[in-house]
Amino acid sequence: MSKKIAKSFIDRVKRENARRDKKTVDSIERTAQEIYKKIMRKGKPMLRFPVRSLSNVSYDKKKGYLEIGRARKERTLTVNTVKGFAQTLRMMGLSRELVQTNDFATKRDVYYQSKNWAEAKFTDQSESDTVMDDIEALFSVDDVSREQLRFVPDEHGGAVAGELVVLDPDLDSGEIERIDCTRFGSGAYSIPSSVEHLSFETDAKFVLAIETGGIFQRLQSHKFWKSADCILVSMAGVPTRSTRRFIRKLSDQKKIPVYAFVDCDPYGISNIYRTLKVGSGNAAHINRFFCVPSASFLGVTPQDIIDYKLPTHPLKDVDIKRAKDALKNDPFFQSKKKWSAALEQLLKMGVRAEQQSLAMWGLNYVIEEYLPAKLANPGKFLP
Amino acid sequence: MTRKKARAGNKKTSKAKRKSTKKKASKATSRRQGGLFDSEPQPKSTRKARKKTASKKSGSAKQRSSATIDGEMAKEMAKKQKDISVSEFFAKNRHLLGFDSPARALLTTVREAVDNSLDACEEAGVVPDLFIEVKAINPDQHVVIVRDNGPGIVREQLPKIFARLLYGSKFHARKQTRGQQGIGISAAGMYGNLTTGKPMRVISRTSRRKPAIELFLAIDMAKNQPMVKKEVEIEVDWAHGTQVQIELEGTYKKGKHSIDSFLDQVSLANPHVRIEYINPIDEEPVIWDRVSKSLPEAPREILPHPHGVELGILMQMMKETSARTVSGFMCQEFCRVTPNVVRKFSDETEGLGRRIDTDRHPKRLSPADVKILHKGIAATRIMAPPTNCLSPIGEELMGKTLRRNFNPEIVITVTRQPSVYRGNPFQVEAGIAWGGDLPGDDLASIYRFANRVPLQYEQGACAITQSIVASPWKNYEVQQARGALPTGSLAIILHIASVWVPFTSESKKAVASYDEILKEMRLAIMEAGRKLATHLRKKRRLADAERKKDYIKTYIPQIGIALQEILELSDTQRTKAEGKLADVLERSRKM
Repeated sequence: MSKKIAKSFIDRVKRENARRDKKTVDSIERTAQEIYKKIMRKGKPMLRFPVRSLSNVSYDKKKGYLEIGRARKERTLTVNTVKGFAQTLRMMGLSRELVQTNDFATKRDVYYQSKNWAEAKFTDQSESDTVMDDIEALFSVDDVSREQLRFVPDEHGGAVAGELVVLDPDLDSGEIERIDCTRFGSGAYSIPSSVEHLSFETDAKFVLAIETGGIFQRLQSHKFWKSADCILVSMAGVPTRSTRRFIRKLSDQKKIPVYAFVDCDPYGISNIYRTLKVGSGNAAHINRFFCVPSASFLGVTPQDIIDYKLPTHPLKDVDIKRAKDALKNDPFFQSKKKWSAALEQLLKMGVRAEQQSLAMWGLNYVIEEYLPAKLANPGKFLP
Repeated sequence: MTRKKARAGNKKTSKAKRKSTKKKASKATSRRQGGLFDSEPQPKSTRKARKKTASKKSGSAKQRSSATIDGEMAKEMAKKQKDISVSEFFAKNRHLLGFDSPARALLTTVREAVDNSLDACEEAGVVPDLFIEVKAINPDQHVVIVRDNGPGIVREQLPKIFARLLYGSKFHARKQTRGQQGIGISAAGMYGNLTTGKPMRVISRTSRRKPAIELFLAIDMAKNQPMVKKEVEIEVDWAHGTQVQIELEGTYKKGKHSIDSFLDQVSLANPHVRIEYINPIDEEPVIWDRVSKSLPEAPREILPHPHGVELGILMQMMKETSARTVSGFMCQEFCRVTPNVVRKFSDETEGLGRRIDTDRHPKRLSPADVKILHKGIAATRIMAPPTNCLSPIGEELMGKTLRRNFNPEIVITVTRQPSVYRGNPFQVEAGIAWGGDLPGDDLASIYRFANRVPLQYEQGACAITQSIVASPWKNYEVQQARGALPTGSLAIILHIASVWVPFTSESKKAVASYDEILKEMRLAIMEAGRKLATHLRKKRRLADAERKKDYIKTYIPQIGIALQEILELSDTQRTKAEGKLADVLERSRKM
């Protein structure tokens, strides 16, 4: 990459960041300004939050994610809410300061920062987390994400390997780090907690999002990505926000499909895959940023259990409950007939199978037979 | 096989030998015994004995070899068979009366003496002054002295009252008294005598004009008869009353089951009593002064109510009555029974198979007839018994003693209207002391009383505790874990007054859970609880208002700082905003 291109890239990232930061600061200031004006008019100021519950969530096929509804709850500043109000405002102030100093804070950081707020300090991190969730919801209405508010999750993202170069610009030095995900040997690239500034170079045909570290390791050490020309991402259970955001950006920027490869059980389907594709139900206000609507379900499908004669375990009570709940209450599964049918089929079979159960047919059966056979027909993947 | 047989044979012979030696020995002892108990009526017991041995003979004849069944055997055995004296029975089963551990023995002794003293004073119309002293001889042996200012006891009665079990005036009376069976004090004396060898010392004076009589008493356990060891006239500095002194094996302890706690509770339920108490550890005597100078209204004696009588008792009463018709008997021996009511009994028996003619002589009714009559009585609606026989503590006086003993922030007392269970009138009172000097954050202290007597043991098994646990304390702003007593700065007293308090055992530790009693208790607690809730809510409202005022002062500056930070306000703008916000919130708080 030439110096010139690098500079223009850095400039673009900077411009983009500046635009985003301005939007964040504007949002915060506008909210504060409304409150201030109301106070000066001797009125009772209030904040309007989107209602965060399943009742206020809908699935829009066109948009492709679980979307928060129009329901709002108002919090008026009264004697009873004065403490929460003060804390919310002070945290907004902190966010603005973080943007201006180009810094970030984790949840735990914020909790300790609050210790400077005299009586408004938090006595427990759960209190500060709640206020942070409120602020996130408050600004999600303006399309400002938590990351843009400079509050980053403590948790790590998943692992990445394969035909991908991640461009991670260092805005201070003007250098761009080129991270080649083929060159981690037997290790892998770890997704950072904030991925907004990243860019990608890749010729891969698809992204394979894998539930378990075990399968990821096998595919990685046998360089499956080389033969299949793909990017491997380990989700390690339900994908974290940054993992979802990373896959989303990658898929959007490079216009490549995402295939999910998870266990065939209600948890793998309704928790891991559903969250990856359309976001989670109880954080619907952020789903628009943190989902991968382009994802589809490679396997393991209930039909695979039959086709591949996989060894199974009986469904546990929680599994059955989860599957029935998904059929009954989840707007995503309700809108996809193929999925309802698949879940019904699974319930009828009364069993579950792990992706690693393919090892029964040989440790590398998954690489040599299963995945190639599946990938020959992406059109048949579950939506 | 053969070897075994041989051994068995050996055994038999050795057994026989042993038996014969034993026989000689028992002969010797029985002869000696015969000498001691010459006065005992012999023929009766022999007759009984013969019956028993006859049956034994046929049963055991096969196992025993051709031994000497010639009447000798039965005679020998007869010598060992005799009546068991009540005293002996209780000496061997002391736990039934509360003497199972040294600590309890000391407490039980004080309890029985105090109960007796209070009943005596009240019956005589004297406002009780009690003096109690516990002195240590050594850590395991104590002397208990209890003195009252009652009417005293005449010389002839003293030995019987203090040194004979099951003697007293209260057992047969249907009225509210502390003691019931007349076992207590004599059992304590007997226990002391058994464990230390010392007799009980009783001093009684019936009048200022007469000297006091001092008796040293012990019980002849075989006969349940008092034995006067020594008798003198002595000078005392009190005008009338009775003093009991018992030396016994017992240990002195502090705590929930202590004498100190017992007397504290006595003072709670008896506002008219003054108590002076010297214990073996503390130097200063403890004094509870009376909060009322007048005696509670004396409980009146009533006839039993037909619904409370058991079949066996009814049969017994019919045998003993002087009435010549069933109808007359019923009207004479029971309350709320008139000839009209008796006719209703008779009507009810018709539906039960056979009409019982109430003009018949009560002694001529067959057991089956009495049974039907008993059922007929149960099926008839009868007016509830009179309730003026009860003597509750009263809301005002209970409040006074609670204040004196706990120095709480608030006291609530409730005296319910009398009610009836199984023909027995009873009345429930509840008192709650809250806050002040009472310790917080602990389970509430429960004080249980039956006829003004504190119940100190078996709290869990008692209807009182059950009714407290079953009350919805959370509704009264008091914390309560599921299935537990409420928690907080709380003392709860509950008193049941009745002509016959149903205890779960002879030692009067816990009230039995009759539905009617549980219901009344719950209602009393709930009424008190609601009043407590009113107080606590008001208190909380005031505290809330105060706290909110503080809230405004505390958090408004933080809102000011945040707005200043975000909007880059000047200090003046910030102060102005804070002022206006404070105004707005202050106004909304008042609304």
